[in-house]
Amino acid sequence: MTSRKRLGVALLMFASLLAVSKPAAAIPAFARKYGLPCSACHEAWPKLNTFGQTFKDNGYQLNNDRDAPIFQQPSYWPIAMRITPNWHFESAGKTPIDSVPGDPTSPTVEQTINSHGFDLSGVDILTAGTLAKNISFLLVPSIDSVAESIGVESANVRLDNLWGSPYLNLKFGKMELDNVLSEKRILTLSNAGGFYQLYHYVPFAAAGTVTDINFTSQGDNQIGIELSGHSLDDHTRYAATLMSSGDGTPGLPTGRTYSGYLHLSQGFTTPWGLQRVGAYSFVGLEPTYFLTSGGVPVAGAGRGNRSFYRIGAYGSLYLGKFDLTGVYQRSLDNVFLATATPAGTTLPTGAHSPSWNTGTFEAHYTYSPQLIIIGRYELVRMSQQTFDGVPSDLGNLDSFTIGYRYYPFMHSRAGLAWHQEFASILSKGTSPAGQDQRVSSYFMGFDFAF
Amino acid sequence: MQTTHKIGFVCMMMVLGAGLAMAQGVGYASGYPVPKDDLTPQQQTGKGLYLRYCVGCHGKYGDGAGDNAPYIDPKPRNFTLAIFKCRSTTTGTLPLDSDLISTIERGIIHSNMPSWRPLSPQNREDLIAYIKTFSPRWKNEKPGDAIQVPAEPEVTAERVRAGQEEFAKVQCWKCHGVEGRGNGPSADTLTDDQGRPITPYDFTSANRFKCGSTDQDLYKIFMTGLDGTPMPSFSDNITSDQAWDLVFFLRTFQPMHSKEKEMAKQAGLKPISPAGTVTP
Repeated sequence: MTSRKRLGVALLMFASLLAVSKPAAAIPAFARKYGLPCSACHEAWPKLNTFGQTFKDNGYQLNNDRDAPIFQQPSYWPIAMRITPNWHFESAGKTPIDSVPGDPTSPTVEQTINSHGFDLSGVDILTAGTLAKNISFLLVPSIDSVAESIGVESANVRLDNLWGSPYLNLKFGKMELDNVLSEKRILTLSNAGGFYQLYHYVPFAAAGTVTDINFTSQGDNQIGIELSGHSLDDHTRYAATLMSSGDGTPGLPTGRTYSGYLHLSQGFTTPWGLQRVGAYSFVGLEPTYFLTSGGVPVAGAGRGNRSFYRIGAYGSLYLGKFDLTGVYQRSLDNVFLATATPAGTTLPTGAHSPSWNTGTFEAHYTYSPQLIIIGRYELVRMSQQTFDGVPSDLGNLDSFTIGYRYYPFMHSRAGLAWHQEFASILSKGTSPAGQDQRVSSYFMGFDFAF
Repeated sequence: MQTTHKIGFVCMMMVLGAGLAMAQGVGYASGYPVPKDDLTPQQQTGKGLYLRYCVGCHGKYGDGAGDNAPYIDPKPRNFTLAIFKCRSTTTGTLPLDSDLISTIERGIIHSNMPSWRPLSPQNREDLIAYIKTFSPRWKNEKPGDAIQVPAEPEVTAERVRAGQEEFAKVQCWKCHGVEGRGNGPSADTLTDDQGRPITPYDFTSANRFKCGSTDQDLYKIFMTGLDGTPMPSFSDNITSDQAWDLVFFLRTFQPMHSKEKEMAKQAGLKPISPAGTVTP
């Protein structure tokens, strides 16, 4: 298999992994603990409403005297599970294929690969709540049904309301960053639509070629420490996170590098709902090479750190049952990361630090807590390519997703959603032959949690 | 099949699915209102909010018999009776809207009722409008007159001591206990208006009360009583000065540091005896 084919297959697998490893935080255990229906905290689960966001920001507490576990029935078990049996259709256009199957030396042709069938998502085991008043926790072991392995998606402890102030909360462990659009509560589940380009886009160096080694994504859970806070009404919010680099992989894979994240926002109550504006920045370092022993990289010995950043601003607008969130993000990866060149060595001729702009627009129409219609459009536009001479629009991307979720019942014990979705991504000039590539998904299934 | 055809087919399927879901009476079961002639637009909005947030405990018919009611103690309020604990109006009368809104905003300590502060002020008013449709009392009666809360006097050691004497004299201790722990000799026998066991408030358990956290809130509880519970109104039994004395004394039971507690300590105030007598 040529490097281009490997890259194509790897990208497809990466996209698939993104979609199947979608731990979501819709936690019926909370509903059971407090006796509230799912709709009390979720506009349509797993999307939080203002009450649910406040509950989360308070450390999974309603701030009454029933928060501490000592007040629960001894039989109360703070555990919920979620899985989505589904049928889905995938179409990957302009995929490089050996013209003679099994013969890597045969000429490469590009064709659309379609696949479909019945499938399973991963299983999320969601355990969360309070260890004591103002000490909360979240532990999410996640079973990957494809790799048949178990990972720890989240594991953190949070000290809430330090010195009695909602502005001081300290979280320690593996956690989701305080993102504008949560990928852990994403309402879309398909391979092409089940993640945000905003968080996962990686620039192309040339047609069919990605050399960038920075796969850190602010959409993924990270390991670190977070200081966060909010006003009593939750209108003013902030979160500052210091995390180890390595995209949340345990074991210090990069050795000794860190990244930081800061998010500030302000909400406004209006007759049409709570409007919010905010800004964030994700700035970090990643190693460009590893020390080796006998030519083999030494784990945890990353060196030659170089930087990247993602800076964004957004607005979230509510008009009754309709809401729209728009995010603008500016991104840049250092040229050494983008070209996989060890720092201190000579860069390839004509190499630059690639930069790009992303626009994300996500809208919902919540007809009722039992039916939500979802639409999303994302566009990525390169402003600086990694190398001179490549088309300026190489890697430009347009992605749209539409879908709906229907919840046949709504109570405080379990949740079930019938989910249908279609998503499509068009990437400019990214096939090995320089053709536009389209990847599409159709997904339907029963999403349930109990 | 060409890509455009596939997209069209999928869009059609999704629209069809969404239409089917909406056609199944989702609106009625869901939390958002179905237009009804006998509800005003505000009540309809309130109904949607009620079905989203409140129905699990208070029940579809507002009778306090929601799905979770069997597991909750104290039981959720039965709105069909229109009897409310937390009021600023005289005993036996309907509360003001502001009383109900305050309860929604504040929540009720030692119960499953959380603070619904994240709801907008307009949403709280919408909810109240709908809750009032559960009982005909709201059509036939007007809310009672709000009691007047006189200006709070300066707290002194003498007033704290006088409060203790009042606590003994009107026999608060029989339910609330001589140390305010809710364990008086009558505590185990108490029931609410519907015959369900009810526990007197334990003043040592928190810094706030069922119906608020300020001295004025506590004063109002004495004078209005908590309708539907054994806690009566003392408006005919004690003067406003005596009520303030009681407020000051009850503050000495609470777990936080307070000037009343400090004054009681400096004045050498001795605990009430188990028989309810005050040691001079």
